[in-house]
Amino acid sequence: MRDMGNNTELVKRMRRKTLRGNLLNYVIVLGAYAILQTMVMTGNISSLLKGLLVPLCVYVIAALSLNLVVGISGELSLGHAGFMCVGAYSSAFFSNAVGTALPDILRFILAIFVGAAVAGLFGILIGIPVLRLKGDYLAIVTLAFGEIIKNLLNVLYAGIDSNGLHFSTKSAMDLGMEPTGRQIIKGALGISGTPKNSTFTVGIILILITLMVVQNLINSRAGRAIMSTRDNRIAAESIGIPVTKYKLLAFSISASLAGCAGVLYAHNLATLNTKKFDYNTSILILVFVVLGGIGNLTGSIIAAVILTALPEMLRFLNNYRMLIYAIVLIVIMLFNWAPAALDMRSRLRSRIFKNRGSGNGKEEEQNGNA
Amino acid sequence: MAMLEVNNLSISFGGLHAVDDFNLTIEKGELYGLIGPNGAGKTTVFNLLTGVYKPSEGIIRLDGVDITGKSTMDINKAGVARTFQNIRLFKDMPVLDNVKTGFHNHYKYSTLTGILRLPKYRRVENSIDERSMEILKVFELDSEADLLAGNLPYGKQRKLEIARALATEPKLLLLDEPAAGMNPNETAELMETIRFVRDRFDMTILLIEHDMKLVSGICEKLTVLNFGRMLSMGTTSDVLNDPAVIAAYLGE
Amino acid sequence: MSFLTYLKDGISLGSVYAIIALGYTMVYGIAKMLNFAHGDVIMVGAYVVLMLLTKAGVPGILAVLIAMAVCTVLGITIEKVAYRPLRKASSPLAVLITAIGVSYLLQNIALLLFGADGKTFVDVIKLPSLSFGDGALIISGTTIVTILACIIIMVCLTLFVNKTRQGHAMQAVSEDKDAAQLMGVNVNGTISLTFAIGSALAAIAGVLLCSAYPIVTPYTGAMPGIKAFVAAVFGGIGSIPGAMIGGILLGVIEILSKAYISSQVADAIVFGVLIVVLLVKPTGLFGRNIQEKV
Repeated sequence: MRDMGNNTELVKRMRRKTLRGNLLNYVIVLGAYAILQTMVMTGNISSLLKGLLVPLCVYVIAALSLNLVVGISGELSLGHAGFMCVGAYSSAFFSNAVGTALPDILRFILAIFVGAAVAGLFGILIGIPVLRLKGDYLAIVTLAFGEIIKNLLNVLYAGIDSNGLHFSTKSAMDLGMEPTGRQIIKGALGISGTPKNSTFTVGIILILITLMVVQNLINSRAGRAIMSTRDNRIAAESIGIPVTKYKLLAFSISASLAGCAGVLYAHNLATLNTKKFDYNTSILILVFVVLGGIGNLTGSIIAAVILTALPEMLRFLNNYRMLIYAIVLIVIMLFNWAPAALDMRSRLRSRIFKNRGSGNGKEEEQNGNA
Repeated sequence: MAMLEVNNLSISFGGLHAVDDFNLTIEKGELYGLIGPNGAGKTTVFNLLTGVYKPSEGIIRLDGVDITGKSTMDINKAGVARTFQNIRLFKDMPVLDNVKTGFHNHYKYSTLTGILRLPKYRRVENSIDERSMEILKVFELDSEADLLAGNLPYGKQRKLEIARALATEPKLLLLDEPAAGMNPNETAELMETIRFVRDRFDMTILLIEHDMKLVSGICEKLTVLNFGRMLSMGTTSDVLNDPAVIAAYLGE
Repeated sequence: MSFLTYLKDGISLGSVYAIIALGYTMVYGIAKMLNFAHGDVIMVGAYVVLMLLTKAGVPGILAVLIAMAVCTVLGITIEKVAYRPLRKASSPLAVLITAIGVSYLLQNIALLLFGADGKTFVDVIKLPSLSFGDGALIISGTTIVTILACIIIMVCLTLFVNKTRQGHAMQAVSEDKDAAQLMGVNVNGTISLTFAIGSALAAIAGVLLCSAYPIVTPYTGAMPGIKAFVAAVFGGIGSIPGAMIGGILLGVIEILSKAYISSQVADAIVFGVLIVVLLVKPTGLFGRNIQEKV
């Protein structure tokens, strides 16, 4: 009856395959780091690209975190910039409030935790009511929440004095602080003077941590539960999976990671305001995820890097660059997703690899998009 | 004590009595068949038993415990697992992971343990892998453990669904038309498997089936449902010779 | 200003949202997609009218008609080139992202042609204002036309959808494309027609919006587009009266929030109301009856 020899071999092979896939992502990130960091050290880097290094990390983290919701949990969120915003604001507030009371490194590490925790908390608070909705309804409600967060932060004033923290939604005067108090959040003007702690190295470390969290989650008990709710909610319930709990888990972890991206963003700029965190940014991140392949982490990383760097690299095209970007986006979507285009591609491929059987190409295609 | 005891179960949708005054008693280890013409309410009974619908009347007891009105998830935890008429697998997950997901409530470690890959993670995962492969082997799916479930041929998908249900370690297994779409050879093989599952896992099984060969071949007792009401019940041979049943099947 | 004035402004803005939402809800009902480019068709309509009036000296009514024609052609083309190939794609996200691409495309074409600076819109509607209670409440010609247009459009659409052959075809396609096809309905033609109507309505909305808030930029349509979708969801997506009432409520809530609470959080309040409505009634105010889907 028992013939575990072959079985364990197969299981081991599956594990090795997963491991290889996971390692590949770490290698890609570390490889890119090695190359770019060498360029920085030797001064062989344009100031434009140098300035892009931290933002690239921000968008890679954001894309990975959104892929957890869209690809792994199978829900559409258009409010991810809102969670980035929460992470950015809470951490910048923390860093400014602490000031020089703590050493830089310790303060920044704590700031990352603050940003991740507050964003995660918002993920839970927003997720509980909205995850009952599905599809486009969920999309529009998450978009709405993103805009609400942005709007409310625009009227938020906060400061610190010897009596502690002061908050107001009206004006700086309303804070009622002592003359020696420091105003930190200045309504629509946002937060200025945040210490510039974000570096490329920190960004890469955060990407690696994000990758670890997402990849290890996917290949765990919780990850299987999350994916089961994505593939078939009713079947998941029938085998005793608490569907809502795992949807919420994915959503809040994702929010928390997006918060980390926000922390990185906030500590890279002299002035932080909410302008960058509107629905357009949420959509941009979704574009990374979909173009990179829904559920495909390597794809998210590459798409985020290319699509963030490309418009900057194309600056010489002036006004035409965003036009080209739009056209490229439409063409890629049609090429990658239209059933007719996929058919054509698989026919072409089977003609090129005649010996490999004609069904092959299409099967690979479906796996790629899964 | 009976494994499953259903009393006076009823539900109506907008005035239509989909299931009316349904009673059923299944003893432990029995292989029980629920048959009836299309639209008789068989799947509705399954949906009531598994909490997909809440009954408007009646009591459902599993091994003496009242599970009436509980959620699908809690009913599974209490010991009822099922398959679906229109196969519901986790299509984009490997075959192995479909079964592993079934063990969710039996082999546990925290989410954090999983993310940080603490020693317990590897230990528990090893056990889950071993148990899952054992079950897959019963259904001769072990060599296809690494395929995506959606890429399996139809007959194997049906088997995988049973395997996944068994992984939840149920007391009662509900099979909704397990032989649908299978050819006679596959059906014969499936009958063997179902019998084997009952013996090997000491399982109580309730199945819905149209294939009379399968029903008469493996079911010890039958209940016949017609227009949401019970038409006949008893041992398989008695029921199949009941004139009312013959009329319902042939006389339409 | 008095409450009545705010209310009037709210209804006027809401009527514009309603007209956009009517187009949105029809397109969504039939194509089951969030058409992010719908808002940008509004912007195209506004620019076309502006150019015809200032550069070509075309009379107002004619300019609006030409803009409607241009937007109609644009809407049909977008659907045919960008959306139709993806109708059977394996993920509904594909067409959503493509719609975003189309939205970027329209915005950037406008940016190239007209620049980022706002252009002042000219008066298209030259009707005298009505004055009530010795000037306590003045209703401008634009407001009157906007509200009337909204009502006329809703009535016409309702009649069209319920009384005509094409309208029935629309209902059939929105219910089940394959079944409609088997029943001999021209599915592609029906979807094209829906995009045509939606886009023509967007052109009208563009003119009305820019008559009330007379600055046109390449991004003029984006936010109203999103808000109109919110209005459509609010009223129950696919429902014509739902879109109209959703749009008007949204406009009123927005203007009253701006007047009495804070102009900065008005959008937050609008979105907040949407969330509350959806949580209480996940299919929107009038979304119960699926048969009403268009």
